[in-house]
Amino acid sequence: MSEVGGGWTGAVRRRAVRALPPDKLLPDTQPAYMASWIYVFGVLTVAALIVVLLTGGVLALKGPAWWHVSGTGTYVNGLHLWSVELFMFFMVIHLWGKFFMAAWRGRRALTWVTGAVCFFASIGTAFTGYLVQQNFDSQWIAGQAKDGLNSVGIGAFFNVLDFGQMLMWHIVLLPFALGLLTVWHILLVRLRGIVPPIDAAPDPAEGPTQEAAQ
Amino acid sequence: MTGHAHSVERVLSPPIDLNGTGRYVHWGVVQLSVANLVVIGVMLVVFVAALLLPFPRGRGRR
Repeated sequence: MSEVGGGWTGAVRRRAVRALPPDKLLPDTQPAYMASWIYVFGVLTVAALIVVLLTGGVLALKGPAWWHVSGTGTYVNGLHLWSVELFMFFMVIHLWGKFFMAAWRGRRALTWVTGAVCFFASIGTAFTGYLVQQNFDSQWIAGQAKDGLNSVGIGAFFNVLDFGQMLMWHIVLLPFALGLLTVWHILLVRLRGIVPPIDAAPDPAEGPTQEAAQ
Repeated sequence: MTGHAHSVERVLSPPIDLNGTGRYVHWGVVQLSVANLVVIGVMLVVFVAALLLPFPRGRGRR
């Protein structure tokens, strides 16, 4: 690989390899302070998300009404629902842990922000999922939600009574956004590393702390 | 169904019946289902356990 030239693809490749060399992208050692269950809940969140996407893919192939007429469909729908329940459960515990660790310290603000936005995107994805169940539950939720959303002026372009629009939000737009945010979040964890304990000695590689700079 | 089957069903049934009409608690404008309150309680317990339980030490850490 040449060190210069190669057009924009070469420039992007050099920048990517410089930022995240293979041993940093897929490390085989981690700092001792990673020995915490809070990180296990982060990994469990990703594992649950994979099950959500796989079962959601099967439901998308068979159509939104499949689970009403098939025992297998009901089973796959149940897997989809309960993997989402676990996904939210694990993510909230990971979020609580990172909040009390003040995990945005040491130029990690974007890692924290992408994680927080993932959480809000997940709420939207779960909400649109409830709207496309095609039963009285989804009708009731849509009927209640439209009043709230209209009162803040977004009902005109986010119409919860429009089943087709909500289905597209649920199976295309929001999963795409959530997937991108998740990958970005994990790459930022690799790029910046995990946050050291609050009482740890400052890492000279991180430069002066905010307090020292003041 | 026999009495034995009934008792097995009772043991295996979840603490909150999700197939029936939900029970709710009211606190001003806040309304929460008992099922959701139980989930929030379990999350708090698991969070505290995650903080307090020792993490097993393995190889490959510096």
